[in-house]
Amino acid sequence: MSELFIQVVIEGLLWGAIYALVAVGLSLIWGVMGILNLAHGDFLMLGMFGAYWLAILLGIDPLIGLLIVTPAMFILGLGIYKSLITRIVKAPRLTALLATFGLGIFLRNLAHFLWRADYRMLGDTLVGDRVITVSILGGTNFISVPKLLAAGGSLAATALLYWFIKRTKTGRALQATAMNRQSAALMGIDTERMYMLAYSLGIACVGVAGTLLTNFFIIFPEVGIMFVLFALVAVTIGGFGSIHGALIGGLIIGLIESVGGFVGIPALKQALVFAVFVIVVVLRPRGLFGWAD
Amino acid sequence: MPKEPLLEVNNIEVRYNEIPAIFDASFKIEAGQIVALVGSNGAGKTTILRTISGLLHNTKGEIKFLGSKIDGQLPHHIAALGISHVPEGRGLFGKLTVVENLLLGAYTRKSELEITETLEEVFQLFPILKERTSQKAETMSGGEQQMLAVARGLMPRPKLLMLDEPSLGLMPTMVDKVMDVIKIISKRGTTILLVEQAVRDALELADKAYVLQNGRTVLEGTGKELLNSGLVKKAYLGI
Repeated sequence: MSELFIQVVIEGLLWGAIYALVAVGLSLIWGVMGILNLAHGDFLMLGMFGAYWLAILLGIDPLIGLLIVTPAMFILGLGIYKSLITRIVKAPRLTALLATFGLGIFLRNLAHFLWRADYRMLGDTLVGDRVITVSILGGTNFISVPKLLAAGGSLAATALLYWFIKRTKTGRALQATAMNRQSAALMGIDTERMYMLAYSLGIACVGVAGTLLTNFFIIFPEVGIMFVLFALVAVTIGGFGSIHGALIGGLIIGLIESVGGFVGIPALKQALVFAVFVIVVVLRPRGLFGWAD
Repeated sequence: MPKEPLLEVNNIEVRYNEIPAIFDASFKIEAGQIVALVGSNGAGKTTILRTISGLLHNTKGEIKFLGSKIDGQLPHHIAALGISHVPEGRGLFGKLTVVENLLLGAYTRKSELEITETLEEVFQLFPILKERTSQKAETMSGGEQQMLAVARGLMPRPKLLMLDEPSLGLMPTMVDKVMDVIKIISKRGTTILLVEQAVRDALELADKAYVLQNGRTVLEGTGKELLNSGLVKKAYLGI
């Protein structure tokens, strides 16, 4: 029993780390420019397809593909910012919400059109489906290597982003822009560029997550929807605009999903995540680490 | 040969959503001066500062800095030219520490060494900030926050420092302190544009002053001249 429980917790933490990276990008975009990027999951889907096609067509393993997909997604983020997001930054909140929602629908349908609705999966990757055996509290547990890699990579990307925001001059300028755009401009900060940077970094995050997911997860046009919903819940739990809040929120959701499915009814494990979402919104609307505003 | 002014504002008109807030304002600042812009609440003082720093745009007239036109430029370009604006309400980054706020003030500067030098100068001027380097700005008292805002405004080593109501909301002893600091900053060679509702304090300090009424500059003179003018006495000093 305890062996199985530990297995479930491990599973929850691994998934949680991946949810966290998706959530971190969402939180960064919201925190800096006040835009809820509802197309976030669909960018994740694009990242997955990018890694998939690199592997299928060019024989580039996702582990190396990471170095191509991540900057490509960053550049895609720049393009989307320049062509769409910059126009809605000053628009009413609802307009911005509808625009990113519409962008998501467009991307999903584009994927349907280009690649059909089929479920795809990569075989023959460098990591393959290796499993390592670990011994915890006397019991034997199994950890999937591709999943461990995805979780580790997600945590590393989150840590890197956190370091960038907290410890570099540009990161400080991003924070200043998030807190008070006009005041930041008076400091000589090009706030429009900071917005562009935040959006592109957010999209690059799902590029990393998407690529690492292709090592073990199915790829299809609608794959992003569940991820963006979970990321929204993670960001709500952690507090909008907070990076470490999104990280902790992601881990909490991974655990709720995994442990909840184990203890309760597996079919309702996702419902449980959203039940927690409702509870957080009612009891602590600004989340665990959110800014008071 | 007449000296070219550091800043020249010529007959500007500024509108908020089509409604004019400034009808016709003109003034000049020579390098090294303290120039005060005084007037009652709603006269348009803040609007003028925001227009100079590029947060608002004038619909008529022009603004020249060091002889070249700057109106229409973006705020971060204007800041990089050497105009530092300490805005109304201070505009501090509350969740960041004192030293982070100060470093953001020096955002346009490249040399780490020079920034550290300025940091030391600023700490000398405001010793309280040196004790509080890692405290979050929002947790400080109003007076300390005002000190931080002015200190941050000095971090770019500006050619022109614009202070919007630095005395607002401060207790009288603190106001005196702020005015003293402004005097020191000026003596060290920074040109200052001071916007104040505390008319007497501002005029006592100023080399040159302008009175703004309903969006128009209606009177100019040295600080002393304006202190003795009938209009100022009646309208602002209550004598």
